[in-house]
Amino acid sequence: MVDLSVSLAGVTLKNPIIPASGTFGYGREFAEIYDLNILGSFSWKGTTRDPRPGNPQPRIAETPGGMLNAVGLQNPGMEAVLREEVPNIAKIFRGPVIANVCGFSLEEYAENCARLNDAEQVRILEVNISCPNVHAGGKNFGSDPQSAAAVTRAVRAATKKPVFMKLSPNVTDIAEIAKACEAEGADGLCLINTLLGMRIDLRTKRPLIANRTGGLSGPAVFPVAVRMVWDVYEAVGEKIPVIGCGGVSSAEDAAEMMLAGASAVEVGAASLRDPWACKKIIEDLPAVCERLGVSQISELTGGAHHGA
Amino acid sequence: MKQCTFIWRSRRQLTPDTWELVLMALNSQDAAAVTAPGQFVNLALPGKFLRRPISVCDWGKYHLTLLVKEAGEGTKELVRLPPETELDVLAGLGNGFDFAPETVGPAPVLVGGGIGVAPLYGLAKRMLENGQSPRAVLGFRSRADSFYLEEFAALGIPVLPASEDGSLGVKGFVTDALNTLPDCSYVLACGPTAMLKAVHALPQLTGGQFSFEARMACGFGACVGCTIETKNGLRRVCKDGPVFRKEEILW
Repeated sequence: MVDLSVSLAGVTLKNPIIPASGTFGYGREFAEIYDLNILGSFSWKGTTRDPRPGNPQPRIAETPGGMLNAVGLQNPGMEAVLREEVPNIAKIFRGPVIANVCGFSLEEYAENCARLNDAEQVRILEVNISCPNVHAGGKNFGSDPQSAAAVTRAVRAATKKPVFMKLSPNVTDIAEIAKACEAEGADGLCLINTLLGMRIDLRTKRPLIANRTGGLSGPAVFPVAVRMVWDVYEAVGEKIPVIGCGGVSSAEDAAEMMLAGASAVEVGAASLRDPWACKKIIEDLPAVCERLGVSQISELTGGAHHGA
Repeated sequence: MKQCTFIWRSRRQLTPDTWELVLMALNSQDAAAVTAPGQFVNLALPGKFLRRPISVCDWGKYHLTLLVKEAGEGTKELVRLPPETELDVLAGLGNGFDFAPETVGPAPVLVGGGIGVAPLYGLAKRMLENGQSPRAVLGFRSRADSFYLEEFAALGIPVLPASEDGSLGVKGFVTDALNTLPDCSYVLACGPTAMLKAVHALPQLTGGQFSFEARMACGFGACVGCTIETKNGLRRVCKDGPVFRKEEILW
């Protein structure tokens, strides 16, 4: 028997597989498809203080090996999530939930995190810092170490729950951002968010997506994510855990992400093509672990760094 | 929604860029995943990350009929797959049309434009089986671009075609054809957005249902990539639609 359980900042997950934020809503749609209790956890849709309608259509474009999305953080707002989604999640899932939290100012990040203090099932806050700072000309919080550190500081002071900062890959040196977040008390990191991309329609000679740019996800980004998880693990891996995210579509990919340094693995775009992707990955993990010669999946974490 | 395996069985060319595809189910439960006319399937294609949402034209115990217009790489490949290719299909997606007599009234009109004609064929068949007698107004650019007129005629329902160049039926748009009908107060429509909008604005309508199209990622409501704004708030074309009622639509 392979032990699939992993620990994230003191929170035990029965396996390392976590549907990624933005591909799983608040669990309702997937609860009609399979029993969510097979999952280690799930990361709910990025939630802001106020309801957001998101971006105009079209929001989706295909790319080689993946897709672009510009949904634009459409969500019902924190109040509606606390009122309607949190009670529903308790009915469809018994495990620990990761709350993905967004904000457009330091105050909003702190407020959104604080409002989740009484939501017991929310065991980890995943703070999306790929949001524009309305007080800094729309520059993303995740784009430099100082502003990433400032968000970490603000949310750290607002909550006692473990805080995982979700890092943007659209930076020169992701390890510097990781170090800045760790230094301000982040309990963990999650990476990568989507890569900024664009497609242009040859018929209209205009960008395919109304927002012009969108976030690239899917198998195409997998090697980028593995490399960045590797870099971040080198920088802070001995101090805090890393959730690896980006293009994972199989149990083998999940194992590779863990060998690069991930303690747990988020699966995003794969579930949009194959709704049962997470279930299949979880079912395949024991055999992959046996093949790799580990009886505890957590032994894989960072294995590629020490020649394990 | 059900994940099914269908076999690409045959194709028939309808116009230079429009094809009828027949897919056979490996078992009868698979085709039964389609429960209402106006629903769609989401097909995985080899080498393409996103599935292709295609409206169901007709279905039987063991088969699906799809009408496919070559619009991009995916649809070009789909109509050229080798016969007997196994396709991974998510079936039974979306709400479909509500054709209950108390909803659509005594004289509903099916209104299709271009490839939007596809789901109206299956709808017409189900309405006839249900003892209802719809009429159809089908619009195309020209006679050369038209298709499925004989199939609709074979159902024995009145069909009024329209073409932009006048080479077929009423010269003009489906709205011009609809304006020649004596009683046209309820429509069940599918077609390009501009057509839906023009039909929606007809003063003689007291109600109707309109099937929308959108670029989608998942097709089952999870990614909210296809959200539109309605009078009842944000709605997903894939899961809350694709069919929306006249009174809830915002343009």
